[in-house]
Amino acid sequence: MAEEAKIWTEGLNFFYGASQALHDINIKISPHNVTAFIGPSGCGKSTFLRCLNRMNETIVGTRIEGKVFIDGHDIYDRSVDVVDIRRRVGMVFQKSNPFPKSIFDNVAYGLRIGGLKDKDKLAEIVEKALIDAAIWDEVKDRLQESAMGLSGGQQQRLCIARALAVEPEVLLMDEPASALDPIATQRIEELIHQLKEKYTIVIVTHNMQQAARVSDITAFFYLGRIIEVDDTETIFTRPKLKQTEDYITGRFG
Amino acid sequence: MLLNIKGIMPGMVSKANKSPLPPFNKRGMRGDFKPGRFRWRKAKERLIASFFFFNGMVSIIILAGIFSLLFSEGLPAFKEIHFSDFLQSTWNPTSYVKATYGLGAIMVSTLMVTFGALLIAVPVGLACAAYLAEIASPRVREVLKPIIEILAGIPSVVLGFLGIVVVNPLIARAFGMPNGLNALNGCILLAIMSLPTIISLSEDAIAAVPKTHKDASLALGASRWQTLVRVTIPSALSGIIASIMLGMGRAIGETMTVLMATGNAQAMPHSFLDAVRTMTATIAIELGEVPFGSAHYHALFVIGFVLFVMTFLVNLVSDIILQKYQEVEQ
Repeated sequence: MAEEAKIWTEGLNFFYGASQALHDINIKISPHNVTAFIGPSGCGKSTFLRCLNRMNETIVGTRIEGKVFIDGHDIYDRSVDVVDIRRRVGMVFQKSNPFPKSIFDNVAYGLRIGGLKDKDKLAEIVEKALIDAAIWDEVKDRLQESAMGLSGGQQQRLCIARALAVEPEVLLMDEPASALDPIATQRIEELIHQLKEKYTIVIVTHNMQQAARVSDITAFFYLGRIIEVDDTETIFTRPKLKQTEDYITGRFG
Repeated sequence: MLLNIKGIMPGMVSKANKSPLPPFNKRGMRGDFKPGRFRWRKAKERLIASFFFFNGMVSIIILAGIFSLLFSEGLPAFKEIHFSDFLQSTWNPTSYVKATYGLGAIMVSTLMVTFGALLIAVPVGLACAAYLAEIASPRVREVLKPIIEILAGIPSVVLGFLGIVVVNPLIARAFGMPNGLNALNGCILLAIMSLPTIISLSEDAIAAVPKTHKDASLALGASRWQTLVRVTIPSALSGIIASIMLGMGRAIGETMTVLMATGNAQAMPHSFLDAVRTMTATIAIELGEVPFGSAHYHALFVIGFVLFVMTFLVNLVSDIILQKYQEVEQ
């Protein structure tokens, strides 16, 4: 963690109405790494992930305190346009959520709303995104068919392609493989490995083996607090705190 | 895991003992099979099924009845009136010179008033529905939606009154005409009439679009407006089209309002500022006065029949559009 951090937070608190979901989160996320958030259900890891691209703002009655910096800029500053943040910080959701449109239109969506109209350029970027998301070979002959006809694993990789098409710097993944079978999960994990060359990836997962397999750094969340952050290997072999060890060895969770 | 399963088992058994059902016997069953009771249950099922089948058939029977009534009452008109006479423009069966039975003007009038009303009601209704579903705070929505639904309950004669007293002078002043009883007046009133249907059903459809779709769009850097126009409304389109069709059904069949507010001139209209008389108004005005069994009487049923076919076609076309759209979606 010696490198300059891509994202860091300072004293982040988050509230759903009156109940506080996150307590004083301070973390540094380094670029071109995979950072995994683990912890039991309801510990705030997904909530924190959604703070990083301001998606929590879409939920009525939420409030945030503290600061989130990306490349040194406070993304919650009043002068910052939320649209710019979300272009730079892409997101893949737990449940694959392709639009009820064709495969091509799904991937081209982010480009089109960004104002890109050139058809050749669109086709080129869509192809590249689909190749990067390791789904091109499966869909190249059916780009105009509805995305709803794809399997669950294919839909999730399509959603990754859709996020990649707008060339974000950071990719947030909220349990991207939790609804998938082991083979589809493996494909997603391989994909994450390839993608970290280009992107800074933050992944939330329930699956500790998955965190151990894909991430470089792991943060353990519990009851809205970060308990321990370290290299993944250290966390899974020699955690400093007993609480972390108990969770990782399955004594609670 | 194995331990866990064993742990659950005793708990389940004790729960079963507390249940109001008779206890398990030695064979692990609650009581024996009794063929008599089984037969009665099966008969009851069949009885219930046929009851629902009958209820379903009633609507079809009524529809067929209306169709055959219009058809059988309309058919004798062709004994005295040639088919090509109906294709002419002017409807004037009580002329002293020569009775004419042209459906052209009244059909054009009906279509003008209906589509004119939709032209006003669809954009306003959609905008209102989108506001209610996406932008309004829950409290505002809770107040506004019932109010809009109450609007649907206003009797059409009251709206016709409104047309004469309020809209009429407004149009007259705006366009510098002696009076404002014309197609435009009818369009405005029918738009007001079909708005509650369009708003209420479209709002339901828009609110039913899964949040995951909107989240996906927002997370890609789309603004709320872009998300609404490119994701939410297209996803809700089937419901929105259905609401428009229902609103249109109300507009095309509406009688009293247009009868009061559109001026009732039988000539072929040339613009929305001409007085018009719709098919429904023609039937309503004349059927009470016409000698029973005359050519004129039967001709009115021909109008009814044509109106019936028109609404049927509207429904058919919208069904086809919907099906086409849903094929793309799946």
